[in-house]
Amino acid sequence: MFNVQAIRADFPILTQTVKGKNLVYFDNAATSQKPKQVIEAIANYYETINANIHRGVHYLSQISTDRYEAARETIRKHVNAQHAFEIIFTSGTTHGINLVASGFEPLLNENDEILIGALEHHSNIVPWQFLAERTGAKLRVIPMLENGTLDLSSLSEILTEKTKVVAVNHISNALGTINPIREIIAAAHAVGAAVLIDGAQAAPHLQPDVQALDCDFYTVSGHKICAPTGSGFLYGKESWLNKMRPYQGGGEMIKEVTFEKTTYADLPHKFEAGTPNIEGGIGLGVALDYLNNIGFDKIAAQEQSLLEYATAKISAIDGARIYGPDTSHKTSVVSFNIEGVHPYDLGALLDKMGIAVRTGHHCAQPIMNFFDIPGTVRASMMFYNTFEEIDALVNGIEKAKQMLL
Amino acid sequence: MSISAIQEEIVAEFELFDPENWDERYQYVIDLGKSLPLIDAKYKTDENIIKGCQSKVWLHADYEGGKVVYSADSDAILTKGLIAILIRSFSHQAPKDILEAKTDFIDRIGLKEHLSPTRANGLVSMVKQIKMYALAFSSKSEQQA
Ligand SMILES: Cc1ncc(COP(=O)(O)O)c(C=O)c1O
Repeated sequence: MFNVQAIRADFPILTQTVKGKNLVYFDNAATSQKPKQVIEAIANYYETINANIHRGVHYLSQISTDRYEAARETIRKHVNAQHAFEIIFTSGTTHGINLVASGFEPLLNENDEILIGALEHHSNIVPWQFLAERTGAKLRVIPMLENGTLDLSSLSEILTEKTKVVAVNHISNALGTINPIREIIAAAHAVGAAVLIDGAQAAPHLQPDVQALDCDFYTVSGHKICAPTGSGFLYGKESWLNKMRPYQGGGEMIKEVTFEKTTYADLPHKFEAGTPNIEGGIGLGVALDYLNNIGFDKIAAQEQSLLEYATAKISAIDGARIYGPDTSHKTSVVSFNIEGVHPYDLGALLDKMGIAVRTGHHCAQPIMNFFDIPGTVRASMMFYNTFEEIDALVNGIEKAKQMLL
Repeated sequence: MSISAIQEEIVAEFELFDPENWDERYQYVIDLGKSLPLIDAKYKTDENIIKGCQSKVWLHADYEGGKVVYSADSDAILTKGLIAILIRSFSHQAPKDILEAKTDFIDRIGLKEHLSPTRANGLVSMVKQIKMYALAFSSKSEQQA
């Protein structure tokens, strides 16, 4: 039995009232709330072990280094990477993607191609546009279908020997679509291309196994998985990480520096210049422990029930249109519009009722252009949400409709 | 009527609503949005568009007898209702007065959050654009004088 009330008791923010009403938080795809275990870990870090890592010979530095490296090991185990040095701490997915795109610069030239999906977040588009500009490589796009899934029918034409990198999200933030990444990874490897999976929206809902997926890179944002903002990680296969150019220069990432030449440190430090977000990394480990303690099978089952309930309820609203695939091909995201209602108006009125949803293009303008809409209203749920909150949302939509139409 | 007098009038109208009850205020703004005389279709061009990320705003200005006359539209109705309020306070006024006018009356009618740069609904840019037009017309009228 999934005891949602016990779980909610771990999240202090959820007990808050907003504008005199119980907070209903359905903007989880933007960022998740944090359990007290994570909040306490951050406080505890500063109260007891704060010191710079990998540098000091002193006691505190040793402990904070150990804790930071233990978090790396927690992440390694969580995603089933072969080596802990294949886990690079980052500030989030955006950082991870930029790190890889920049690292590939010496490996690409104007005869090469980069392939991304039509469902990408801007942060999995723009870094590749930079890479294309700098190397002369061409950026190509896997098109999408009316049901909000990728159209793989033309994959054999757009994925060729010229393709050097393929970057797609595991799950779309705008629609919740679960993409067929295994198929894409296998096809990309058949032509020798490296594959980056943007796991920002997948990591909150499932446990990725990077070896089973056989992806070359997998990026995650800590803040979306109950961990501190500004934490995150990139998984990269050792062979690619060794070939790539470091992203930033600085302390920590070097072996030897003279004014003539610098040799780089071994993995993962080659990609971790400067003092990192130490408490963020440690908090990320605590967050993964927290989620694994509940269990991703339980989390996924609860979120699927919430998704099915919300989908049925929202579909039943007169004039509602939900974008994206049916509930068996997506995570707990309902991205929708009400006929004749601008998403901004609906979002603003729901806000007055204490209900937090996201409205707009969700940093995925190409998807909105595809549907020829200014944006959608997106209710994104996590395991700590309740069926009662979905009822409150649906009542809120009905009330807003009455006011607006 | 002066801009500040009009703004006081708007504030007085909103004071009739129950301050504890957001619905009434919002319903009023929504209804204003529904009744706003639309901008002439020929001015609803890409040139006149103010991209606000979440909602779009179109703004047009004419200069008639020393006064600036604004017309505007938006694809979102709350934005449109706020436009109606802003236009009521700024339109048919002299450029100099428009340039000196403030918008803090929006705070007093409990709609401040909609005139915030982080809302990305185009209204902040629209106020800027209203002032730009006033500035352009005032320098034009000085040249003619
Ligand atoms: C699919 C996807 N990719 C990338 C990002 C960017 O993540 P961050 O802002 O945490 O770097 C997000 C966040 O919204 C996302 O949903």
